[in-house]
Amino acid sequence: MAFENWMLLSRFLIQASLLKLVTSKEVIIKKRVISAVLAAAMVCGLLSGCGGNGGGKASADSDTFRIGGIGPVTGAAAIYGSAVRNAEQIAVDEINEAGGINGYQVSLQFEDDEHDAEKSVNAYNSLKDWGMQILAGTVTTTPCIAVADKTAADGMFEITPSASSTDVIKNDNVFQVCFTDPNQGSASAKYISDKGLGSKIGIIYDSSDVYSSGIYAKFKEEAASLGLEIVSESAFTADSNTDFSVQLQDAKDAGADLMFLPFYYQQAAIVLKQAKDMGFAPAFFGVDGMDGILTLENFDTSLAEGVMLLTPFAADASDEKTQAFVAKYNEKYGETPNQFAADAYDAIYIIKAAIESANVTPDMSVEEIGTALKGAMPSISYDGLTGSGMKWEATGEVNKDPKGVVIQNGVYVSID
Amino acid sequence: MSFIMYLINGISLGSVYAIIALGYTMVYGIAKMLNFAHGDVIMIGSYISFVTFSQMGLGPVPSVVISIIVCTALGMIIERVAYKPLRKAASPLAVLITAIGVSYLLQNIALLVFGANPISYVSMLDIPPVKLAGGELTITGITLVTIVLCLVIMAVLMIFIKKTKAGQAMLAVSEDKDAAQLMGVNVNGTIALTFAIGSGLAALAGILLCSAYPTLTPYTGAMPGIKAFTAAVFGGIGSIPGALVGGILLGVIEILGRAYISSQLSDAIVFAVLIIVLLVKPTGILGKPIFEKV
Repeated sequence: MAFENWMLLSRFLIQASLLKLVTSKEVIIKKRVISAVLAAAMVCGLLSGCGGNGGGKASADSDTFRIGGIGPVTGAAAIYGSAVRNAEQIAVDEINEAGGINGYQVSLQFEDDEHDAEKSVNAYNSLKDWGMQILAGTVTTTPCIAVADKTAADGMFEITPSASSTDVIKNDNVFQVCFTDPNQGSASAKYISDKGLGSKIGIIYDSSDVYSSGIYAKFKEEAASLGLEIVSESAFTADSNTDFSVQLQDAKDAGADLMFLPFYYQQAAIVLKQAKDMGFAPAFFGVDGMDGILTLENFDTSLAEGVMLLTPFAADASDEKTQAFVAKYNEKYGETPNQFAADAYDAIYIIKAAIESANVTPDMSVEEIGTALKGAMPSISYDGLTGSGMKWEATGEVNKDPKGVVIQNGVYVSID
Repeated sequence: MSFIMYLINGISLGSVYAIIALGYTMVYGIAKMLNFAHGDVIMIGSYISFVTFSQMGLGPVPSVVISIIVCTALGMIIERVAYKPLRKAASPLAVLITAIGVSYLLQNIALLVFGANPISYVSMLDIPPVKLAGGELTITGITLVTIVLCLVIMAVLMIFIKKTKAGQAMLAVSEDKDAAQLMGVNVNGTIALTFAIGSGLAALAGILLCSAYPTLTPYTGAMPGIKAFTAAVFGGIGSIPGALVGGILLGVIEILGRAYISSQLSDAIVFAVLIIVLLVKPTGILGKPIFEKV
């Protein structure tokens, strides 16, 4: 977390300034001690890093596909990682019950990365030791960018359910189930314009986050070409993400009738509360990061009444596939699956479709499987929970239609 | 009209900083140490009030009282276990490092007990917002409560220090610990009392903070803690009116900076102002000049 590092830094600065209070001779000695300790810590870090990479490779069974998953199961983004882990498990169990992929069973191993790039790479290495052949992950963008470089170097096929930055798919072995950030920005602008949801738009975004600022930049560009009027735009950063009174006041003064909130639900929850407190009631429109707001602990869901968000998945959709998945998820994990779960469920089935299309077998090497699957991706078309007729560019980007949902009485309801 | 709104929001945020800064400034003034775990005591206070109010369904008053009692006890335990044994240590660094250790300990205990998922904090004060100037100016109930409470706490604390024996003992210890001991002041007891008051106020600050900015994680106290520490230095560390002035100025600068200069650079602006103040007046706005003892 950036702000923790910041805190650590400021503490070190304070320590350093206190050191100066001590006489100069002591300072020199203490500085030496500190630098020795730091050096020792760094050496330890390097050694342990090497230890993680140096493990031997387990021999793969010749009759099982080994799919790995990585995502935050603990930490602030745990809601996404656990959803992905649960849904991937459901999909794998279903496939195995139905006789596997081309007769081969699938085994799934999921590792926690706490939404941290370094831990994610460690998780990737330990999955490789386990014998992973295909990666269905990682869940969040920043770790995914780090891991994508590793999979590219190893030639492993990777499909991420939910990491949405274009940086994730800059290597040709990585594919996405979710929309890219720019795609979400332009789709949101189009949606707002097509449905006439608002004419004076206010935007708040997180300038310290790639995801949020990526969507914001594209939204602004698209809004200009669609003739939507943006009356207020303001940013916040990870260090100042608990108070939005200034940003909301600015939007209120500008007479915004729709607030576009391209960031995560934790902050959105505060925005909704503060807006209500100051008597500001525009329409609120979020993107997939808003998904999760209804399950935020102790959150007063009436605050989210009427909030719209663009998500490819609505748990209340009436099609058989969605209903079966929601029922199964509910039964097994006791909650309604969110969009990340649906993306992850699709990811496993997309791997299945690609394997069937490319006719790969588990005894092939990681690189052979990777080459065959990435060759097969642009030619497959898949009907899943998060879109029908999903198709992929060779770059890894997905083509599917976004769906708008609105929160009514604490549940998602399709706008269309 | 917006300017007035920003100003009120700034004073409200600054009042929270001021209450937190009291904890830093009193402890520094009396024990000459920086208690970096103070920000995390705030977080613990918020969690306790969340558990008692939202989960156990106690009323606002018992919930606040329990939070204050728990935090007061916590502050005294931290002082007794982690700081007191180090008071005679040769280097002031020892106790500083311990304070950082306690801070991480509290964060990780909270992480273990309450988990990392953020909690949406529901304010226990259900005061309707005050509307002025035909609805253009909406001041939330919690804003008013925060400002009033901050002023009341300051006044009570000043009277306490001026008029009571324990308060006088605090002053004496802050002037000269050894001389105070020779005069029969219970120095250890006075330091423990300081920690108790500071930590009890931290519980209040935590509740006010989370009511105004309703999210609670194990790291909730960290950033406000650092800002309040800054406010204490800004106003002159060791001075109680300094904490009030520093806190409110910091809050106002932060909000106005965000509104009129850049919403992304508000922290940079706050700390730039701090640097300038310290360059011009190294002891802070209301700090006493330090005379070299010969």
